[in-house]
Amino acid sequence: MTAERPSDPAVHVRDLGIAYGRREALRGITFDAGRGSFVAVLGPNGSGKTSLIKALVGIVDPAAGQVHVFGRPPRGARDVGYVPQVKTLERRFPATALELVVSGIRGRWPARCSAAEKEAACKALRSIGGEHLAPRQLSALSGGELQRIYLARSLIRQPRLVLLDEPATGVDAAGASDLFDVLESYQHLQDATIIMVTHDWNAAFHHATHVLLLNREQISFGQARDVLSETNLRRAFGHVGHEHAMLRSGSGP
Amino acid sequence: MSELLSLPFMQRALAAGCLVGFLASYFGAFVVQRRLSFLGAGLAHAAFGGVALGLLLQTEPLWVAVPFTVAVALVINWIRSSTGLAGDTAIGIVFAVAVALGVVFLSLRETYTADAFAYLFGSILSVTAVDLWMTLAVVAAAVACWPFWSRWAYATFDEELARADGLAVHFDDHVFSVFLAVTVVVAVKVVGILLVAALLVMPAASARLVSGTFARMTVVSVLLGIGSAVTGLFLSYWLDIPSGATIILVQAASFVAIAILAPRRGLQA
Repeated sequence: MTAERPSDPAVHVRDLGIAYGRREALRGITFDAGRGSFVAVLGPNGSGKTSLIKALVGIVDPAAGQVHVFGRPPRGARDVGYVPQVKTLERRFPATALELVVSGIRGRWPARCSAAEKEAACKALRSIGGEHLAPRQLSALSGGELQRIYLARSLIRQPRLVLLDEPATGVDAAGASDLFDVLESYQHLQDATIIMVTHDWNAAFHHATHVLLLNREQISFGQARDVLSETNLRRAFGHVGHEHAMLRSGSGP
Repeated sequence: MSELLSLPFMQRALAAGCLVGFLASYFGAFVVQRRLSFLGAGLAHAAFGGVALGLLLQTEPLWVAVPFTVAVALVINWIRSSTGLAGDTAIGIVFAVAVALGVVFLSLRETYTADAFAYLFGSILSVTAVDLWMTLAVVAAAVACWPFWSRWAYATFDEELARADGLAVHFDDHVFSVFLAVTVVVAVKVVGILLVAALLVMPAASARLVSGTFARMTVVSVLLGIGSAVTGLFLSYWLDIPSGATIILVQAASFVAIAILAPRRGLQA
């Protein structure tokens, strides 16, 4: 295994292709996410956004190309925080929010939480305004509350890279705004890199330093203002909605 | 009572009941949360094929049933992962083949097949010292593999998160399948092939109704599994009814009582 060099970007992707059996999900993805950058991944449904995040986490193997996280293959990297899509959660699993956050410290499911782990988990929950949720059953949480718990879980190890797959799903506008505040605050405090899959063009435009636009292949990568052009959006989505005009006018959707 | 406990066959039966009760209810917690109840039934029927092969070969049936059932469990895993078919479809295919093989093996025997019925319906009072040592060895292995609890639990909650944290989920699943297969085989002598699946499911299902955490669910499931085995064994002796069926009926009564009386922690949403 090669040692990490300070010049390595947080994420280095070259000509990445992903396939499930014979079905090609993604091809030709090439970009670098520098340390401290905030990359929004945009694209229509089925464009390969989640597959890309899974390849960066190391739970999907590339069919072609390379993925490096801080100069190393991504699988099992301890300095990566991952927030999956909440809709995949098994809600019948008997667990409290506190246990879920502590699982982020251990990388295992806790049989018992130590006092130090409880304290760390409560601190992480407090940072996202969710300390009161600690003793609650996961099955009793709303989608938005669960997203916040997952965010606290992903940040508890103070990762240098945070990967989020549609973290604002099921979150109201105020909650989404809080979520981006937390992320940006964390990013600046830790000089962390954020890569986030989202359907929210407005959030991408206003919070991300870079945007990666996909539709089973790379449409464009660069600064938000350059990537979110009418031409690129037509190539990715097949149309340009009213969101684009509002983005350009600065009013936001 | 002391006279009853001084009987060697009763001592062996109680020990076997406690050990099998522990194993089935411990792994049963994962079976219930992973929605693998049908796998328990499938492996039990696969054990029938192994027992029948053992009888045909005129050797100790459980020695043949263990590798046979483990092989079936791994084949089910392989079909699921390599074809993308749903787990219940893979189980449905493989257990039918195993039962068909069992019927063929029994038909090839020249002697009467009445001994096969002991494995169909269970015969805890005929547990031998060999059966007991075998079960004890499985319990010792399960206890030694205690660190797997947190890995299995993590993957049960969210397989992707577990893989993202570097856990070898597929390897862990194979280890779990082997333990489950061996548990099913050693439990066959206690409750019989036809009732093994219930032994896996009922204590864990009852525990789920009163547990807010998976650790608590595991502990409650084990306590219910062992308690129902002991209670069922004494009841079967005093009422002079089959022991395996009595254990299962005690578990069913516990489930009904808990479902009616207990607060439904965590399942209301």
